[in-house]
Amino acid sequence: MTLSLIAEQMLNGVQLGVMLFLMSAGLTLVFGIMNFINLTHGSLYMIGAFAGAATQAATGSFLLAILVAPLAAAVAGLALESALLRRFYGRDHLDQVLVTFGAILALNEATRMIFGLTPLRMNLPPALSGHVDIAGIPYPTFRLAILITGLIVAGLLYLVIMRTRIGMWVRAGASNRPIASAMGVNVPLVFAALFGAGAALAGLAGVMAGPILSVQVGMGEPILILALVVTVIGGVGSIRGALVAALLVGVVDTLGRVLLTPALGSMAIFVMMAAILAFRPKGLFPAHG
Amino acid sequence: MAEPATNLSRLRDVVPTLLILAALAATPMVALAIGDPFIVKVATRVVIFAIAAVALNFVVGYGGLVSLCHAGFFGIGGYVVGILAWHDFNAEPLWFISGTSDLAISLPAAILLSAMIATIVGAISLRTSGPYFLMITLAFNQMFYYGAIALQKYGGDDGLQIMSTITLGPLDVSNRYRFFYLALAVLALTLLLVGRFVDSRFGMVLRASSKNETRVIAVGVDPWLYRLAAFVVSAVLTAVAGALLAAGQQFISPVDMGWDRSGDLVVMAVLGGVGVVWGPAIGAAAFVVLELVLSSWTTHWQFVFGLLIVLIVVSLRGGLADLAQTLFARRSGEAKHG
Repeated sequence: MTLSLIAEQMLNGVQLGVMLFLMSAGLTLVFGIMNFINLTHGSLYMIGAFAGAATQAATGSFLLAILVAPLAAAVAGLALESALLRRFYGRDHLDQVLVTFGAILALNEATRMIFGLTPLRMNLPPALSGHVDIAGIPYPTFRLAILITGLIVAGLLYLVIMRTRIGMWVRAGASNRPIASAMGVNVPLVFAALFGAGAALAGLAGVMAGPILSVQVGMGEPILILALVVTVIGGVGSIRGALVAALLVGVVDTLGRVLLTPALGSMAIFVMMAAILAFRPKGLFPAHG
Repeated sequence: MAEPATNLSRLRDVVPTLLILAALAATPMVALAIGDPFIVKVATRVVIFAIAAVALNFVVGYGGLVSLCHAGFFGIGGYVVGILAWHDFNAEPLWFISGTSDLAISLPAAILLSAMIATIVGAISLRTSGPYFLMITLAFNQMFYYGAIALQKYGGDDGLQIMSTITLGPLDVSNRYRFFYLALAVLALTLLLVGRFVDSRFGMVLRASSKNETRVIAVGVDPWLYRLAAFVVSAVLTAVAGALLAAGQQFISPVDMGWDRSGDLVVMAVLGGVGVVWGPAIGAAAFVVLELVLSSWTTHWQFVFGLLIVLIVVSLRGGLADLAQTLFARRSGEAKHG
């Protein structure tokens, strides 16, 4: 095990971490504000990836694919929210899980009906398909691009949530919805905007994963489960918690798979989650009380 | 006044339970009569998932704890039977014990192992509640799932084929009909056991703590231990169902313990009705049959199935059990008045 391999895997871990943050940001804030478990978040990731792959296949433009994917996911997310999910905010978690579970099955199958069984491939433009040298280690340009894009988006999101008035409304809604409402925040409007933005981020994560993984039905669920782990470790409703936990999960998962046996490696993050929750049942940075 | 009321409510549970068991017990005869042994295969699947769904409902319906790791326990039960049979077939000892294809040994082994794992998982997960509990159990389910995939020696991704003949003590249960009645007996025991637990003080504390935890604590009872006990009981029964599945189809694979299978089990429980012990058994039957019928119609049956689940959650609040009881009550009410 050389030092350069570990360094490369660290970079891969951070790259997975920023992708996970894009996924978890929407999930954790939706949960924090509406107390709603949205299992369809993984489907939005998948929709983003398929929309991107289809756009690239039709136009040949990678840039256009990157732009269309978040839009498609946002439209799909808002449609889903206003048509179905909205009715379930007041219901118990059992109903929420069931309805989103049913929606996942239907969405997966609908995607399969449209795009068929064979996974789609996304091709990288020449500028992104090579390698760059980072301190003597050749590293795929595209992974570096994901890492940088992810960091920029994560940083912007963090600033918007933590430093702007809109962000303040979102945080207020997540930490105490009735009081935020009473203080004049239009929580339903803020929430709808947030849901759309969260869906767009999931779509962006999906299309960025497209060239690395293959674009196929069911790609949303593994990342959804990782994002749930991030949400739980970080503390539901906390954007800071999501950022820390996403990087932690990304690095531990990637290094675990390299350093440990396959069995232990794939279990590493779950063991970490269990250990963290044993000491902090509400996660690292709980947003409520 | 209280005495007849409890008797009546008990009757309301006993009659449907007996009806379900009797209907299931009759299916092999129907299969023989019309000469279609496939019916027995379906009925066995119904019975096995009914065991798991009834067991899961003990924590979901009565404890208010939505567990999404029960497919994991289901798989653990299956893999215990499968792995012991593998060592029996290959005549290779597993550490210091020899393998076995005898359910009289492998079932208790599955019970013991699942109880130990459920105690650890439950102790950690139950430190949290509500949605956190749900997400943590989901994560644990994936941990078991990846654990099963990592068992390269026992087939890994492809699953584990049981090559030896499964017995129960001196009895050969590889016969399809005999195995069906064995599974049915386990279902009857499960219904009896869960029914007794629900009616006991243990069940009362469990139900009370899902309704109003603060009050239960104020009365001087710590619900944590009761919840843990319920979680372990439920996990163990689910593992038994998984062990039966592996023994019955001579095969167990990681697919049987995916997180979507956990979701399926919850759907079965809710579809049947979480308010009564026997509800999930009907739910399991409806689920398995529906899956079969839809998949014979179209390859895209999951689309219809997903929409159906959504529709059921939107419209059918008390599940099929509630629907049946309402219909029955209306009819007997009409009979009385007419």
